[in-house]
Amino acid sequence: MNEHILLPEGSIEKQTTTLNLGPTHPATHGVFQNILELDGERILKSTSTVGYIHRAFEKIAERRPLYQITPLTDRLNYCSSPINNMGWHITCEKLLNVKIPKRVDYLRVIIMELSRISDHLICNSIVGVDSGAYSGFLYLMQYRELIYEIYEEICGSRLTTTIGRIGGFERNFTPAAFQKLEKFLKEYPKTLKEFENLFTRNRIFMDRTIGCGPISAERALNYGFTGPNLRAAGVDYDVRIHTPYSSYEDFDFVIPVGTTGDCYDRFLVRNEEMWQSLSIIEQAFQKVQEFKGADAEVFHADSPAYYLPEKKDVYTKMEALIYHFKIVMGETEMPAGEVYSSVEGANGELGFYLISDGGRTPYRLHFRRPCFIYYQAFEELVKGGMLSDAIITMSSLNLIAGEMDA
Amino acid sequence: MATAASHYDLARFGAERMSFSPRQCDLLLVMGTIAKKMGPVLRQVYLQMAEPRWVVAVGACASSGGIFDTYSVLQGIDQVIPVDVYVPGCPPRPEAILDGFLKVQDLVNAEGLRRRHSDQYKELLAGYGIQ
Amino acid sequence: MVLTNETIQLKLTEKFPDQLTDWLEPYGMLTFTAPKDLNLKVLQFLYNDAELRFQFLTDLQAVHYPDNKGAELAVVYHLHNLVDNVRIRFKIFVDIDKADVFSATALYRSANHMERETYDFFGVNFIGHPNLIRILNVEEMDYFPMRKQYPVEDQSRIDKDDEMFGR
Repeated sequence: MNEHILLPEGSIEKQTTTLNLGPTHPATHGVFQNILELDGERILKSTSTVGYIHRAFEKIAERRPLYQITPLTDRLNYCSSPINNMGWHITCEKLLNVKIPKRVDYLRVIIMELSRISDHLICNSIVGVDSGAYSGFLYLMQYRELIYEIYEEICGSRLTTTIGRIGGFERNFTPAAFQKLEKFLKEYPKTLKEFENLFTRNRIFMDRTIGCGPISAERALNYGFTGPNLRAAGVDYDVRIHTPYSSYEDFDFVIPVGTTGDCYDRFLVRNEEMWQSLSIIEQAFQKVQEFKGADAEVFHADSPAYYLPEKKDVYTKMEALIYHFKIVMGETEMPAGEVYSSVEGANGELGFYLISDGGRTPYRLHFRRPCFIYYQAFEELVKGGMLSDAIITMSSLNLIAGEMDA
Repeated sequence: MATAASHYDLARFGAERMSFSPRQCDLLLVMGTIAKKMGPVLRQVYLQMAEPRWVVAVGACASSGGIFDTYSVLQGIDQVIPVDVYVPGCPPRPEAILDGFLKVQDLVNAEGLRRRHSDQYKELLAGYGIQ
Repeated sequence: MVLTNETIQLKLTEKFPDQLTDWLEPYGMLTFTAPKDLNLKVLQFLYNDAELRFQFLTDLQAVHYPDNKGAELAVVYHLHNLVDNVRIRFKIFVDIDKADVFSATALYRSANHMERETYDFFGVNFIGHPNLIRILNVEEMDYFPMRKQYPVEDQSRIDKDDEMFGR
């Protein structure tokens, strides 16, 4: 940084350039703005603005019964919406004291790990695109399509899934869903291996990303980093291990950690997490297969007051009709209390702080969005670096505007 | 994103190159929620495009505000810029986006040569405060 | 030694006798209320104490209780001790007309955006914050939208029929 040629005072070359990166710049992958002050290609200062896609989720949530908040959570981190859905359901279940059967937990784990893969594969392939290697993106996107087909088989939608209900799933997984899952488990490792071969030891890619946007573990913690970005800096904090939810304690997996917290480490950590997720899915798949007979039909908890009854029961049973009406009309009262529950989202600790005053809607709901919190470090990460490094840093942090602005 | 990638491949329908500058574009695809903070930016992008230009509002949020009937969300981008095709869905399937794209092509085919110079068109733009 | 909620409570009451109130444990998370002038002192103590080590600020937000006269706004801190894996939550209550709270940005860098968001939504004035401006909403906004008296819908709208949309 200090290798400048000495210039006389007031020389025109001493003037800095101001560059407006975003909010509609294609390199920002979402709508947020960075005003960069440049000296040549070096970044002297960066000022970021967010809020271009602020939709007031927390305010809407105060007017909605618990069920109607699930679609809002979809739209937080839309690359891995099932994790958000499950996180929200788990929060509600904690407040409502609903006990979840093991099989549902395992099915949830499958869904959550699938969406973690779909999120990481986008992030990593976009890092590739931004460093000039477009083909990796095309390789992996094909497999995101397979994941989406599994979602479609389970819940009917692709991107914003609104998957599951409080207490379980809306229906059992079909055999076709399991077949598609098997197909994915068989085919994806090959492509992921190929993708790794393209990038991991690629000289150009290494030169571009090693030492780009590094952060130390202390700084990362102070900045509130969580998830793969914190792990790349060398802290093995993972909500799945620290506060296991959805029976994660039954699975055997490794938390990959990096050392320097630069883009290359973040890339490697995400890649390794995809392998770990694949192994978790395989374990969960096996565990699900072990349920036989009536146990293999369990897909929701036995809590009629909160879980929407089956349609055929609604037509024939009085009690089911009452609960159906109460749930659909949003007239279920929830116990008063406050609960904080978090899941390991694809970007980090996704927390839900729910305060209920005993009414039908939350009194206050706050989302702890990991993106929003670690984005503040961006100004520091890119300072003194090159403009092109800022783009890679941005994409390797996996900044999702929908999550940032809520 | 899926629309442009390998599986659905928008390029088959003549959109090979996504342009990264509005000045070289004919078509503006507005995807996702547009907050009030974003409104002026969107308008700026539209102004930077050269005539003839078309706009597709992709998704319920861009078309009408969708489920976000809140203080911070623009209730449809047609409040700030004129829109040619609305694609429904939240979010629309890639097929729907492709269909919307083909609809724009139909519009382009059917459009008279002088439409952009007509008084009616000028009136439309003036309605949005665009000269 | 495992750090339990009782130990934390004991240590805190030792340091701040009779000042911390409302000790609760909803769903296993230790919760207490501190006087508003003490928030930074409590945070500092929790941060620096060799045994407590609450050095990770998980979350910071506010809640509006309009009926709680004189202490309408609650600022809620969620802290996490990553070594012993313990979480606690503490609240401070402030008057809505004089919502001055000491900023935690010097202790936790992550508080920067969270405090700006809280200011944006509730109008809590964080003293000592380096750049306390709106973050998510437009700068021209003249009210704090998350306060309970403001409706969620845009009031300047004319295109939707109120009767049809059940306003």
